[in-house]
Amino acid sequence: MRFVDEYRDADTARALAARITALCEPGRAYKFMEVCGGHTHTIYKHGLEDYLPPEVTLVHGPGCPVCVIPMGRVDDAIHIAHQPGVIMTSFGDMMRVPGGDGSFLDAKARGADIRMVYSPLDALKIAKENPGKQVVFMAIGFETTAPSTAMTVLRAHAEGITNFSVFCNHVTIIPAIKAILDSPDLRLDAFIGPGHVSTVIGCRPYEFIARDYGKPLVVTGFEPLDILHSVLQILEQLAQGRSEVENQYARVVPWDGNPKALAAIDEVMELRPHFEWRGLGFISHSALKVGDRYARYDAEQIFEIPGGRVADPTSCQCGEVLKGVLKPWECKVFGTACTPETPIGTCMVSSEGACAAYYNFGRFTRERVKEATRR
Amino acid sequence: MCLGIPGEIVEILPDRPDLAMVAVSGVRRAINIGLLDKETVAPGDWILIHVGFALSKIDETEAKAALDFLESIGQAYDDEIAALRQSMIEQG
Ligand code: SF4
Repeated sequence: MRFVDEYRDADTARALAARITALCEPGRAYKFMEVCGGHTHTIYKHGLEDYLPPEVTLVHGPGCPVCVIPMGRVDDAIHIAHQPGVIMTSFGDMMRVPGGDGSFLDAKARGADIRMVYSPLDALKIAKENPGKQVVFMAIGFETTAPSTAMTVLRAHAEGITNFSVFCNHVTIIPAIKAILDSPDLRLDAFIGPGHVSTVIGCRPYEFIARDYGKPLVVTGFEPLDILHSVLQILEQLAQGRSEVENQYARVVPWDGNPKALAAIDEVMELRPHFEWRGLGFISHSALKVGDRYARYDAEQIFEIPGGRVADPTSCQCGEVLKGVLKPWECKVFGTACTPETPIGTCMVSSEGACAAYYNFGRFTRERVKEATRR
Repeated sequence: MCLGIPGEIVEILPDRPDLAMVAVSGVRRAINIGLLDKETVAPGDWILIHVGFALSKIDETEAKAALDFLESIGQAYDDEIAALRQSMIEQG
């Protein structure tokens, strides 16, 4: 097993796996969703599924910010990028995300000035160095990156920089989890809660999942052992008939999150009434926009935004993958028409997307599944 | 972008107390520490960095474990470090 060969704590892992197996009621099918794409990556990279008893299935959730950007928003950003005097900036992950009419890379090839940045602060720096240009930062990400965007707007404001704005596509994790809980497609038993998002929002916002839906959620770190440990904690809760929010990742995640980061988001941004998620459709109060007080930094106020809705290609089944209804390899175009080099859907773009993670690391598991079904 | 990268604070810049020089995987970069409690950060502390901002303080053991883990995931981490190297966050 790759995981055991590679990992320094193989003994601990084996012990955990044994305890996990012992806790499973024979014949019961357990479905746990790992919300965060970082976890998906770890699971495939280390072949963790091979390591769990057959009763336990891990399904992948919507927690990959690049994956949930709808095509229409990519098109809007490209429209802005083509305006005279505009420099569009975004994270590297964004460059290959397909819109209705190509990606940032395609737009760049057609002459738009689009630059990859590591931090929104880099975009602000570009604005300072190019006073004659309008520099737009395409902001993406959950609450992990939203505070950085907010802090950058505050910095721009403090320094009186007027040629910088944000095309805000920040999304919030809780409404997405709620949408999945309310979706009839999927019966889940528990959640492996996101790690880094929780550094910002803390553990309290998940309490309704345990209280109102009766499902355990364990906030979890990113190492293979963390995930096994969290699966064990979930099974313990289920065996004892409990549903609680637990923090397996307390060494990084404070129960109350990061108050300063939350305050920065609050100061600069406000919730949108609704926002479209690729594959999931419109979800109420699930995204952030630049608030009225900082409207001069809001690209949606400065530029005319076409705002078109673009349906995903019919061959694309990212929606089902993002909801955990389909496994990546069950998509008809997986690995054939859709690969990381030529992605059709967004889940194939970011390394945290389930399809890309599976494409890069998961082939072993797939072989096994094939064998199992052949028998 | 979603990866949290551990770094060690080398120096807090006197004229810009929201910025610190941080050693990250052998690179020295200015990192914004404005989201941490100022009183609690000092040189020698380890922090977890997202897109140029420190989001939380961690201990050294966690930092080492996180680095080992990041190095094990390969390409995504290499890309993030390459982006960080090119980052232009001002140095004071
Ligand atoms: S294989 Fe491609 S199109 Fe199919 S779900 Fe994955 S990313 Fe979407």
